[in-house]
Amino acid sequence: MSLEELYKEVILDHYRSPRNKGTLNEADIELHRDNPLCGDEIDLYVDIKDGKIAGVSFDGKGCSISQASISMMTEKLMGMSQEDAEGLANTFKAMMQGEDPQDEDSLGDLVALKGVQKYPVRIKCALLGWNTFLEGLKSYREKHGEPA
Amino acid sequence: MNANEIRKDFPTLDQEVNGHPLVYLDNGATSQRPRAVIDEIKRFYEEDNSNVHRSVHTLGERATLLYEGAREKVADFIGAPGPRGLIFTKSATEALNLVAYAWGRHHLAPGDEVLISEMEHHSNIVSWQLACQDTGATIKAIPVDVDEGILEFDKLDGLLSNRTKVVAVTHVSNVLGTINPISEISARAHEVGAVVVCDGAQAAPHIPVNVVELGCDFYVGTGHKMCGPTGIGFVWGREEILEEMNPFHGGGEMILDVWMDRATYNELPYKFEAGTPPIAAAIGLGVAIDYLNDIGMKAVHDHEVELGKYAMQRLGEISGIKIFGPRDADRKGGLVSFSFEEIHAHDVGTILDTLGIAVRAGHHCAKPLMRKLGVPATTRASFYIYNTKDEVDRLHDGLLQVQKTMQGGLGL
Ligand SMILES: Cc1ncc(COP(=O)(O)O)c(C=O)c1O
Repeated sequence: MSLEELYKEVILDHYRSPRNKGTLNEADIELHRDNPLCGDEIDLYVDIKDGKIAGVSFDGKGCSISQASISMMTEKLMGMSQEDAEGLANTFKAMMQGEDPQDEDSLGDLVALKGVQKYPVRIKCALLGWNTFLEGLKSYREKHGEPA
Repeated sequence: MNANEIRKDFPTLDQEVNGHPLVYLDNGATSQRPRAVIDEIKRFYEEDNSNVHRSVHTLGERATLLYEGAREKVADFIGAPGPRGLIFTKSATEALNLVAYAWGRHHLAPGDEVLISEMEHHSNIVSWQLACQDTGATIKAIPVDVDEGILEFDKLDGLLSNRTKVVAVTHVSNVLGTINPISEISARAHEVGAVVVCDGAQAAPHIPVNVVELGCDFYVGTGHKMCGPTGIGFVWGREEILEEMNPFHGGGEMILDVWMDRATYNELPYKFEAGTPPIAAAIGLGVAIDYLNDIGMKAVHDHEVELGKYAMQRLGEISGIKIFGPRDADRKGGLVSFSFEEIHAHDVGTILDTLGIAVRAGHHCAKPLMRKLGVPATTRASFYIYNTKDEVDRLHDGLLQVQKTMQGGLGL
């Protein structure tokens, strides 16, 4: 795989200028996760109002794949319903695990990360933010019940 | 020696990766194998394949001779007084575990101390942690001077006491390349009655080794980093110590006689080689050692020092790079570990791969050392007999490309 195919401009753009970076004052989900083996880290903040994601931000450090994936995730999640967000996360995970999900188109720009598949050790970098989100969402629901 | 000639003996090196001629600089993880080794393994399976030590037929005899011949070659290669103390294992990891279990578990007691160093590979840390958990002994570590990339020697006397039962230290650091002064460590450790275990996984492939001069009691190595196959490692131990040790694994080969409730054990080294050993791999390692001896280990080391020096010079030209380990290439093995403030080692490693350059990016199984260096990971270029200055230039250019890709738009 060539350099340009793997490190697509959109990935580098999110890595160099991450979106939604910082903390949220009002967060329903606040979760720190890392990949101890490679040192990628994330603090994820999600604010949920009326079953929808009203705010999302992150702090983190690590490789371009992990940080760009998180940045792109925050852009996508904003405004989504919990179910749609969960569905998107699962579609993204399925793509990264090489399952060719039918609704891959819904991923938009995120498809740029597909090339990472070729480097199995780095798939977990791409998934760090998403797994953190899914874990946070699960405990949020355990606390607040399923959305009506 | 002529690296360009030597390259021709290594089939894997002759290929393109991602459209570029392969530059293989991950020898610290595993080396490539010369054709002679690959051919001998195939020949053995096609012509002599049999189990060792237990068959009275011709093939069994041939296999046994080859296997025991390999043991002698390894013993000679590390300057051991004889092959009886040379035990084959599946890896350096298993060899270190053998010592920590079969020696450690029976000699350590509450209050005892195991002295390791901050630059150990996980296999020389965790195996001792396990032994300590079972015995109540504790671990101490000789600190690393991060600026110099060496062990803080002046701390050694303060750390050694009559509580110290083992000193287990790497001969050459897989991250920093530091060559540790094992003979001095052995002398001081022996003064307090401690046993010295030396992890030679990164030394035996690259520098002349003589266990008698090193003065250690155990010396560990691994085939796959020294042109040999995977699945074969070794530990040499002083015979007096091995004699009074309990076995590591129980099974066939390691016994003299067995009753339902007890067994007597075979003589050295078989007492420590339960079950069918990795026969073809051991024979392949023997051929790898012939190959290295033909070049000469002094010549191997000189070549790597030269490459190391050149790499320190070329990489030193790159702005923003931080190079770890001793600056003096004469005092280290042929490897360079480095990092960039703003770029994660995984990005460095992956981008270099897209340019056909194989390096290791990560924690190198040395997380305590990474913490000490204050980085989550480093990138490591490690050299061997077939690497050339041209390849160091490719690495240099590749790293400039890494910076351009990662920092491009910002003009950092
Ligand atoms: C210093 C050191 N010790 C031990 C090992 C483990 O060797 P093996 O792969 O044979 O278990 C390695 C290899 O990674 C090493 O670099």
